[in-house]
Amino acid sequence: MVDKVPVTITVNGARHVREIEPRLLLVDFLREDIDLTGTHVGCEHGVCGACTVLMDGDSARSCLTLAVQADGAEVETVESLGSVDSLNDLQQAFRAHHALQCGYCTPGMLMTATDLLRKYPLATDDEIRDGISGNICRCTGYQNIVAAIREVADRRNGQ
Amino acid sequence: MTGPDALALSRPQFVGARVARKEDPRLLAGVGNYVADIKRHGMLHVAFRRSDHAHARIRGIDVSAAAASPGVVAVYTGEDIGRLVRPYRATSRMKNYQATFIPPVAVGKVRYVGEAVVAVVAESRYLAEDAAALVEIDFEPLPALVDPERSAAEGALKIHDDLESNVLAERGFDRGDVEAAFASAHTVAGARFHFTRTTPMTIEARAAVAEVERGTRALTLHCTTQIPGIVRDKLCELFDLPGPRVRVIAPDVGGGFGAKTSLYSEEIVVCAAARDLGRPVKWVSDRMEDLMTTGHAFDEIVRAEIALDADGAILGLKADVVGDIGAYSIYPWTASMEPVQVVSFLPGPYRIANYAARVRSVATNKTLGAAFRGVGRPISAFVMERLIDMAARKAGMDAVEIRRRNLVNDDEFPYKAPSGLVWDRAAFQACLQRASDDIGYDALRRECDEARAAGRWMGIGVACYAELTGVGSRIAVAPGMPINTGTETATVAVDSTGAVTASFGLTSQGQGMETTLAQVIAETLGVRVEDVDVVLGDTAAVSHTTGTYASRAAVFGAGAGTLAAQTVREKIIRVAGHLLEASEEDIETGDGNVWVKGTDRSMKISDLARALYSEMGRVPKEMRDEIDNLEATRVYDPFFGTTTSATHMCLVEIDPGTYAVTVRRYVVVEDCGRVINPLIADGQAHGGVAQGLGVALMEEVVHDGDGQLLTASLVDYVVPSAVEVPDIDVVHVEAELPGTIGGFRGLGEGGTIGAPACIANAVSDALAPLGIEITTVPATPERIFRLVEEAR
Repeated sequence: MVDKVPVTITVNGARHVREIEPRLLLVDFLREDIDLTGTHVGCEHGVCGACTVLMDGDSARSCLTLAVQADGAEVETVESLGSVDSLNDLQQAFRAHHALQCGYCTPGMLMTATDLLRKYPLATDDEIRDGISGNICRCTGYQNIVAAIREVADRRNGQ
Repeated sequence: MTGPDALALSRPQFVGARVARKEDPRLLAGVGNYVADIKRHGMLHVAFRRSDHAHARIRGIDVSAAAASPGVVAVYTGEDIGRLVRPYRATSRMKNYQATFIPPVAVGKVRYVGEAVVAVVAESRYLAEDAAALVEIDFEPLPALVDPERSAAEGALKIHDDLESNVLAERGFDRGDVEAAFASAHTVAGARFHFTRTTPMTIEARAAVAEVERGTRALTLHCTTQIPGIVRDKLCELFDLPGPRVRVIAPDVGGGFGAKTSLYSEEIVVCAAARDLGRPVKWVSDRMEDLMTTGHAFDEIVRAEIALDADGAILGLKADVVGDIGAYSIYPWTASMEPVQVVSFLPGPYRIANYAARVRSVATNKTLGAAFRGVGRPISAFVMERLIDMAARKAGMDAVEIRRRNLVNDDEFPYKAPSGLVWDRAAFQACLQRASDDIGYDALRRECDEARAAGRWMGIGVACYAELTGVGSRIAVAPGMPINTGTETATVAVDSTGAVTASFGLTSQGQGMETTLAQVIAETLGVRVEDVDVVLGDTAAVSHTTGTYASRAAVFGAGAGTLAAQTVREKIIRVAGHLLEASEEDIETGDGNVWVKGTDRSMKISDLARALYSEMGRVPKEMRDEIDNLEATRVYDPFFGTTTSATHMCLVEIDPGTYAVTVRRYVVVEDCGRVINPLIADGQAHGGVAQGLGVALMEEVVHDGDGQLLTASLVDYVVPSAVEVPDIDVVHVEAELPGTIGGFRGLGEGGTIGAPACIANAVSDALAPLGIEITTVPATPERIFRLVEEAR
């Protein structure tokens, strides 16, 4: 075993100062060390996107990121969006459009969509589809996910 | 409008409404409860050392370095696990069937790449994986049986020494005079079809947590299963425990699609280890393990021929099916389930008098064959729909017209198919007509012809199918197997706080059962959807259950739930009659209230419950003795089950540069009876078609000649992303409702049954100018490239 190293990682605005093994994955840090189990593990090799979080404002695969790489970073997870009693507009749109079935890919999908909505106009559905093409959903066939993101994008674009 | 009668007039109809799902808020907020999320004090973690050989004897295992590795608590070989668990097989009374023993961890021999050889239990998953890598296994490689046709041949090396051969099940169907039918045929078409191996690839890989209560030694297994009841009953047998000492819970489950309908070795191992060590034990599969060990599916070679008369009517059908079921006969469904289903459903929704078919389930050195959405029927539909198109092309007939001539007509129901299945009644013709109208078939056909004349590869696909759903005890989905899949149980209770709970052993892994069952119960009972708490996936909730699979949960759950809710409503009305001083026939329920029709006398059902349970003196003892409580447990057996049918149509175009297929339009017209929630029903069709598209164009589990798995990552096993799946137009037609309670038919699997056939037909249509017929799926760019090269 290798010596533990100190890190300071800010997650959803809360600072976490910990001593961790250098090999610890960011997703395991989130799920096991600070009990934020909303971020899911789907493939552990960066393909499915279920573990997507935002790191310093950019989407990142938390299964391919070591927690030590997040030292000093600001991490946003699905838990930052809205609560059971107060879903944010994107979460509400997902519910209204039935954009989730089993819900397992949903946190990653929401974080990717959050990133897209902040950065891109998403003028066409093809742009949305391209944007979420790194997130696999096995249940919905994507149609309703696209519709949900479309609704929020249109609202943000003032339509 | 105010007053109680306003409630009667405005009593909402929940069944048929687009009710937003009850399960969504927790899943959207990241606070669902999946098995991998479970933590317990003192919990240990399992990692498996798995076989990297497809077929080998185990000469020796050295676990000393692993056992000495930091944090390791225990190391188990197959022999060790064998001392903790009774051996088991998937038995069946079916003729010509051979069951295999399924060791949870390999004993003496490994039979596929990925089979568990050693289980290491440690304080963390990281430490368990470290130690598993230190296990030394001395393998003596044996020749791997990879080709099922060779494995079926006489004299082939046996995968199971104690069996007669590698053919684990064999069955034949013979109806009418097939040879005479073919002799008199005007047109005959046929081919060797190959529907390759796939895997459901749920986005949540499998996981299990076992814990043993210290005082009572009661075992609880939390696992990603669709069949908690079947798992519970078998664990009782394996560990010789009574039912109350074993509880199986499927919490939020991240997709099933059939993958989670079998008993898995890892579920047994965590239970054995938790009992042995007295500490909670957790296993979470990684994706490579999932692709190696979660049931693979389909994988059939079908030689089939169809005969038509001069008018295009089907005279006869012949088929010989070889199903590659992998290394063991899976529990509980056995090696027979998937391949036999192929021939049972091959005649489809068509009028066919003469049918002969043989099917063999053959063991190979591959991962166990199990269920994937549709089970056998995607292959039935693919082969039958391809045959019809191939014959139509030979006879110069249109794809829609030939189907119209051969689909069973409305006045012919109930119709007994030549395999013995009975279609009760269904909108076969109406679905075809509506799909043609919806996609604008005639205009699209002209557009396609023009595009092809201009050199573009554009084609239309048509596919019709029928399936049996909600199958009851008369023709249970587990013929000859020692489980009852023909009933389900529901308990509906109004408790002393006035809250309504509906409890099922059925599970939900994305289908929204919490919502649809609440809709049905709320409507029956006369409360609001949000007032009904639905308990799912817990064997402690009911005395018998199997689970959610085979498009059965809505039919069974709504049926049992309706019966239980009706009984509870009758009890509520008895009590209300007394409390509101009215005759029972004048009492109505709705919106959480009971009232006397035409008066302002009303009360909340919750107040009525409190009066009955807690306010002694308000309800006389005689009435309380008679009513007991506001609770009922009922069992529903749909006996026969019911037919669900659909027509799929699509438009595809093939890129002449990359040979990639793009699906441009897709229409599903289905008859799934009375729709409980259109939002959810459409979502099931979308997802099913997306999976069928993957199977048709992309997804294939590939083994090399030594039985090595070449598709053990999502880079190699490619599933559809948002850029490959088109928007899907879903239309529901309701034929005369079936005889199930509520008129519901099952709808979970249909999308995956129709889509491979429909897309393969469209690709063949696009390539018709080259004379190409698709006989193997997936139709990958490489396969299409080769077909085009050969044709040119």
